[in-house]
Amino acid sequence: MEFRSQLGRVRGLGSSHEGAHHFWVQRVTGVALVPLVIWFVFAAMSMVDADIETFKTWVGAHYNPVLLILLIFTMFHHAQLGLQVVIEDYVHGEAAKITSLILIKFAAVLIGGSAIFAVIRMTFGS
Amino acid sequence: MTTRNRPVSPHLQVYRPQITSILSITHRITGVALCGGAVLLTYWLMSATYGAGAYADAQAILGSWFGRLVLFGVVFSLWFHLANGIRHLVWDTGRGLEMEQLRMSGLAVVAISVVLTLVTFYAAYSVGG
Repeated sequence: MEFRSQLGRVRGLGSSHEGAHHFWVQRVTGVALVPLVIWFVFAAMSMVDADIETFKTWVGAHYNPVLLILLIFTMFHHAQLGLQVVIEDYVHGEAAKITSLILIKFAAVLIGGSAIFAVIRMTFGS
Repeated sequence: MTTRNRPVSPHLQVYRPQITSILSITHRITGVALCGGAVLLTYWLMSATYGAGAYADAQAILGSWFGRLVLFGVVFSLWFHLANGIRHLVWDTGRGLEMEQLRMSGLAVVAISVVLTLVTFYAAYSVGG
């Protein structure tokens, strides 16, 4: 016997506890990454052997820092969503699962934040 | 209650590999590999804020034969994950799910990602030296 209303069931208590939100954000970040990644690969190619001054100038030039920050933010968001699915598939103990999920999210914010801060520093010249 | 004849999930040891299942696990593996690529990108960016010495070290590590091998893997993962990700987006609209279409789009993804990887590497090292 199911006592919950259909609305109650739909509002986020499937196995994910959050409905289709994860699925949807994974797709939207994926779509955003298509042009950002293509831009970045073309841009990074010319930086393969660049010296530090050339590199810093390129990072801060024109619209590059904006695109780099968008790329980094979207990429780390997409990455931690993907790693979450992998962890949920392979880590079965509830404690180990929650712990690794939190660690992944902390790591994404820490590393992604560091990358974004590096772009900002180079843009404003240090 | 008998459970004997229920369908079970594929046991990988006895499951005949097919392009659909191979590309599915490759999508996941390349996705995890790209997390490493994101860390490398962060290292590259941060090294430049630590000064010329740290940046030169990063360039030397990434430019060594081992660094280039790793970057080759990252670049392939990038193109594969991007191409196969688009394939996933098409599936999300309900299209392309017939067996023959799955095989053809899978082969296309493999061909596109291999070609783009080679082109990227050729272009990067002929432009950058």
